[in-house]
Amino acid sequence: MLILECPYCGVKAEETELSPGYEAHLKRYGPGASDDEFESYMFARKNPKGVHFERWRHVYGCGKWFLAARCTATLEVFGTYPAQTSAPPPDLIEAIKAKRPGWEGYK
Amino acid sequence: MKRYSVFAIAREALRHHTGWERAWASPLPKKSYDVIVVGAGGHGLATAYYLGKNFGITNVAVIEKGWLGGGNTGRNTTIIRSNYLQDPSAAIYEKARSLYETLSQELNYNVMFSPRGLLMLAQTHHEVRGYLRTVHANTLQGVVTEWIGPEQVKKLVPIINIDGPRYPVLGALYQARGGTARHDAVAWGYARACSEMGMHIIQQCEVKGVTQENGVVTGVETTKGHIGTKKLAIVVAGHSGQVAEMAGFRLPVEAVALQALVSEPIKPCMDVVVMANTVHGYMSQSDKGEMVIGGGTDSFNNYTQRGSFHHIEETLRALIETFPMISRLKMLRQWGGIVDMTGDRSPILSKTPLGNCFINCGWGTGGFKAIPGSGWAMAELVATGQPGPLTAAFGMERFREGRFIDESVAAGVAH
Amino acid sequence: MSARLAKGGRLIDRSKAHRFTFNCKWMRGFEGDTLSAALLANDQMLVGRSFKYHRPRGIVASGPEEPNGLVNLGKGDRLEPNQRTTTTELFDGLTAESQNHWPSLENDIGVVNNYAARFLPAGFYYKTFLQPRAAWKHVFEPIVRHSAGLGKAPKDRDADRYEQAYAFCDVLVIGGGVAGLQAALVAGRSGARVMLLEQTGHWGGRAPVDGVEIDGQPADAWVKTTVQALEAMENVTLRKRCMGAGVYDHGYVLADEKVADHTPGDGRPKHRLWRIRAGRIIAATGAIERPLSFAGNDIPGVMLAAAVRDYVVNFAVSPGDRTVVVTNNDDAYRTAIALHQAGLSVPVILDARLTATGALPEQARKLGIRVETNRAIAMVQGGKRVKRVSICAQAGEGAVLEEIACEAVAMSGGWSPVVHLWSHCGGKLIWDEATACFRPDAARPPLNHDGSAMVIAAGAANGALPAADTLADAHRAGEAASKPAGEAPKATAAEEAPMEAVWLMPQGAPVKLRAKAWLDYQNDVKVSDVQLAAREGYESVEHTKRYTTLGMATDQGKLSNINGLAVLADALNEHIPQVGTTTFRPPYTPVTFGALAGEARGEIFQPLRRTPMHDWHDAHGAYWEPVGLWRRPYCYTQGGESHEKSVHREVLNVRNNVGLLDASTLGKIIVKGPDAGRFLDMLYTGVMSTLPIGKCRYGLMCNENGFLSDDGVVARIDEDTWLCHTTSGGADRIHAHMEDWLQCEWWDWQVWTANVTEQYAQVAVVGPNARKLLEKLGGMDVSKETLPFMQWADGMLGGFRARVYRISFSGELSYEIAIPASEGRAFWEACLAAGAEFGVMPYGTEALHVLRAEKGFIMIGDETDGTVIPQDLGLGWAISKKKADYLGKRGQERSFLADPDRWKLVGLETLDGSVIPDGAIAVAEGKNANGQRNTQGRVTSSYHSPTLGKGIAMGLVLRGPDRMGEVLDFPKIGGGSVKARIVDQVFYDKEGAKQNV
Repeated sequence: MLILECPYCGVKAEETELSPGYEAHLKRYGPGASDDEFESYMFARKNPKGVHFERWRHVYGCGKWFLAARCTATLEVFGTYPAQTSAPPPDLIEAIKAKRPGWEGYK
Repeated sequence: MKRYSVFAIAREALRHHTGWERAWASPLPKKSYDVIVVGAGGHGLATAYYLGKNFGITNVAVIEKGWLGGGNTGRNTTIIRSNYLQDPSAAIYEKARSLYETLSQELNYNVMFSPRGLLMLAQTHHEVRGYLRTVHANTLQGVVTEWIGPEQVKKLVPIINIDGPRYPVLGALYQARGGTARHDAVAWGYARACSEMGMHIIQQCEVKGVTQENGVVTGVETTKGHIGTKKLAIVVAGHSGQVAEMAGFRLPVEAVALQALVSEPIKPCMDVVVMANTVHGYMSQSDKGEMVIGGGTDSFNNYTQRGSFHHIEETLRALIETFPMISRLKMLRQWGGIVDMTGDRSPILSKTPLGNCFINCGWGTGGFKAIPGSGWAMAELVATGQPGPLTAAFGMERFREGRFIDESVAAGVAH
Repeated sequence: MSARLAKGGRLIDRSKAHRFTFNCKWMRGFEGDTLSAALLANDQMLVGRSFKYHRPRGIVASGPEEPNGLVNLGKGDRLEPNQRTTTTELFDGLTAESQNHWPSLENDIGVVNNYAARFLPAGFYYKTFLQPRAAWKHVFEPIVRHSAGLGKAPKDRDADRYEQAYAFCDVLVIGGGVAGLQAALVAGRSGARVMLLEQTGHWGGRAPVDGVEIDGQPADAWVKTTVQALEAMENVTLRKRCMGAGVYDHGYVLADEKVADHTPGDGRPKHRLWRIRAGRIIAATGAIERPLSFAGNDIPGVMLAAAVRDYVVNFAVSPGDRTVVVTNNDDAYRTAIALHQAGLSVPVILDARLTATGALPEQARKLGIRVETNRAIAMVQGGKRVKRVSICAQAGEGAVLEEIACEAVAMSGGWSPVVHLWSHCGGKLIWDEATACFRPDAARPPLNHDGSAMVIAAGAANGALPAADTLADAHRAGEAASKPAGEAPKATAAEEAPMEAVWLMPQGAPVKLRAKAWLDYQNDVKVSDVQLAAREGYESVEHTKRYTTLGMATDQGKLSNINGLAVLADALNEHIPQVGTTTFRPPYTPVTFGALAGEARGEIFQPLRRTPMHDWHDAHGAYWEPVGLWRRPYCYTQGGESHEKSVHREVLNVRNNVGLLDASTLGKIIVKGPDAGRFLDMLYTGVMSTLPIGKCRYGLMCNENGFLSDDGVVARIDEDTWLCHTTSGGADRIHAHMEDWLQCEWWDWQVWTANVTEQYAQVAVVGPNARKLLEKLGGMDVSKETLPFMQWADGMLGGFRARVYRISFSGELSYEIAIPASEGRAFWEACLAAGAEFGVMPYGTEALHVLRAEKGFIMIGDETDGTVIPQDLGLGWAISKKKADYLGKRGQERSFLADPDRWKLVGLETLDGSVIPDGAIAVAEGKNANGQRNTQGRVTSSYHSPTLGKGIAMGLVLRGPDRMGEVLDFPKIGGGSVKARIVDQVFYDKEGAKQNV
């Protein structure tokens, strides 16, 4: 039963208030994209055992989508941030690196 | 290897069971093999077994990070059925189910296959139509299922409540030869049979890398050193993505936690397996007397083998509604497993970008019931290098082509 | 004979006697007794039969670790199987029955298994029952099943109710012994919000029984003062009878409070399940004593030493006149001393160690108790009760040196910290050589959401076993969870000399003895079984557990795990920590399903969504159909008519007069903003931005895979506002879908959405008399000229604020009228009144389906199933060819979806006028490579059309639209087939004359 802090309303939300949405920072490929691009966008999702960036919606709260950096092996949450961005905030990246020196970084 | 029988038991009893041999050998890895199967779960061991049995390939190593059968093979709710809607699914699951019928005799190891019958309850009109569609499909697929009414459901499962109030039972999809088996025994039985064929089952041996030359796999780096191979089969369920990453390709799978629980054992009260998809719960009674209950999956990536409590709560609510008498039973133990989910929730048995490397994954929540069929089909794929009839539809190119095998389209869900 | 002593018993109140029955025999006990204590006081040592061999079983323990004392408690709708006697508080009128025997506890036929035990070693069933094949299911399995299982299966619906409660705290302390009390005190004084849970009905745990002194006063007194101090703190909550059941991720804890177990039927909930979020969890869960493995250690009368002490001190119950104590540590001497002080005889203390020179052994010797070192029990003699023990040298192989008659044996193999809660979320353990136990490794705790330690182990649960260490450790834990708090209180107790690990007694026991040395009492796993598993290659601790069933009983190995592990390690020639433990899983002790499910039963099992007209439907013969969390009338029955008849009547009434449909469940989402048109153009396959204000347009939505996911009519409300109708089941999903794309992809677009589904009641007025009905209501011009097809208008209709959409899902003249939800019921009734003279009748969802099928309209969920694209359904006209992009467009370009040879929608008409069975599939020639019959199409909707008097159907057929007139064969379940011709899917009023009036 995870707790994630919604970066919009500041509520430390129970998992049951949230709706998960898998990988964050996906680039959408529409008409004109190659088969490879479309396949990677739709199916070849990151599935790391370790630091993962993912989407959550505070569905039974403020209704906002936000993004979280979370370890899929320990469930530690490194931070949450608004969804309106195409890459994780640099200070969050630094914070994760400090906690996980072996981490390969955001790719 | 000495055969198991009631006579063998009697013989050993007289000498206090000091004469039993090891069920499987525990050798050190050789320098190289014809085939390495990564993953000594049910699917991996069955793959090795049918490589030997059907293709005479016995220079095989099955390597395992932990202990054999320790992943989802030993964590599932042991349900066996083949009442699938889509032709490719029905084919491989029915192959598996029919192999289960004689598996104990074939392996000389009692896997306790119990074709006690399986019901999938319909509790909405939409579900009724979905299951009728499945019965029609099964009839053409050679899978024996039938549609039964609520009174027949009550007769088969006297402890069920068919009257609602919220979701009265409108009927059920019934597979009389569906049922359960003893999950650990399936892995152990295959392991023993593989070992008897001279294959190496190497436990506590984690793959750390995949070595390759010119797009061809040459071996694996492991915690027990480098092991060479002519062919590589990756059969590691929840950790498929990790091993594929080492081989240099990405799989269309995501790892999520699936939960299950058992009650304390009580005297026999339910002879069939019941699945109730509208309310989300399924239950059977083990030979020990425990009620074995499946929960839901989380929808976030998770490798912890434990899940969120609210799924357990929802499942129990659903089952108390369906079987009011279980309210005073107690949850003895809950646990989780890591399942890999694909884009259409159907498995992948496929060639890979590497010519001599093959993948078997993505069984999601439905892997146990498929073990013999999956191993049979995978062995053919590995041995011949080409997909056979059972695997043809399960290639991973299907996602780019849009050729989904989607079982959720019937009212049923994959368990 | 076990019996009640004349004096003593710190937990019982002799002034309050309770009568209860065990196996229909009346017995007496006292307020404060556990059922175990009361049974022992009535000389009922034999309480059950084991799982496999049906051996007689007696009470072994005094707490939740008890493997044997399990009963069917209560009767009928209050029957509770497998209830543990050691944790059941006695109450007046309690009824209990022992389990797993036939015909009686004393004379159990199943005991034949015991005589055949030699033929039933671990895993015997894997090796047998192989032939003949059918015999497993029909003969062997039923026998195995029947002889397994423990308690009775309840038959009735549970008479009790359960409730759930939520709590939040900074520090949750689990365990109300002295460690838990001290940790809570420290945390409480720091001002933190503290919650303290104790599984029994008493504070203080073991310390008062063990004669510990704290700060110079008896433990009992210290406990009393400390509890009073805690109760006085507003920031501290104390709950007794509340077991910390499981620790889940991010500080989530489940606790099971037994509210009315000891007062059944008093109206209170039976249990209360606490769902607690804790900043920090202190596990002060104590330790559990380990049995010793010697032959006959399962005979009733062999008990844990500390349990014997508990029964004597707490309940004034004597386990027997003569108790032999057998131990590998000093602590068990406390039992001998307690027995002696109670006036009972301890013929000998058998100590496996070579020397016993600590304070406690000295005290025992001073009391005149015989102490023998390097001694072991070779064998306990007795059947349903201990009769005597044979004594041998621990260092030897079991040669009997002496026999001593006794009624009870008190054994102690040392203590294991209760590490369950520490381990549930991945806390790691280390092996402590000195005390031969696994204890929490503080360097590898379970992690909280921020990566900090989520659980702090305290006291005995942390391996700090002697009383003095326990309290200091708990003080430290309390500080770690809050802030420094000065000096810890000082606990004093007799110093203990080191214990010595003893896993088998005697150490060289031959197989004859090992096969009688029990590890798991309930599941009948013996030392020889674990050794057999190791020999056969089941070397992993998980393999051994599963092969032998060690630790899989209802106590989940609380007594057996470490001993079994040690035997396994020995058999493998490995160290115990290398072998490792099995995984600790929630719950700590079993929790009733009812408590886990809470109040959600029956009607409130799930939330029920009601439309404003719900009660009217209910009162007028609605036959309900669940649609998501809604309920919709499937049809309204009149008199004794069948559902089928009702549907036909409703359909014909719509076609001939006028019908009313409660369409309130239809999704209604407002999309508004400068970029709303652009957004809807991405969302729908068609163009919505060009829709004129006041008009309606049918739209299709796909997911990114290209598959059709929802449909509905969109109305342009004003310059920057659209109202999107969705399917009933789709409203929440589609609203979430919109927000997903708006927030995560096109976040710079200025669009706002609101799901107003429940703000409006919606009534469809359908049929040739629809306009007359509305005109009778009056107030709005609903004429063909003012309100043509696919337009909408606002106004006052019959005095109601209404938005009238001129749309049709039936092919009839039809209006859908949205009314504020609060006026929905009144409007519905006004329509019925106004329509009376025009033959108005309500109709349900099934009539709706038939009506739309007669017109060839698709239904999401029938014609679509998640694999169908709009192009398959002949809906190409609703897909814009001009747009560069919409959700799903790229997905639809993939080869399989763009293939012209797909199954496509057509009408199907049986040659004999019958109805094609639901779900029927059209066969093609031959079979595929897997031997499955080839197919070429399937039915998606099939009904009897009352309007046309024949069966009609729609279906997806391979290249269907190109094959008009061809006849397909649909096999029926059970034989035979139906032949149907491919026809146009519009069966009724092809020209649309009826709706355009």
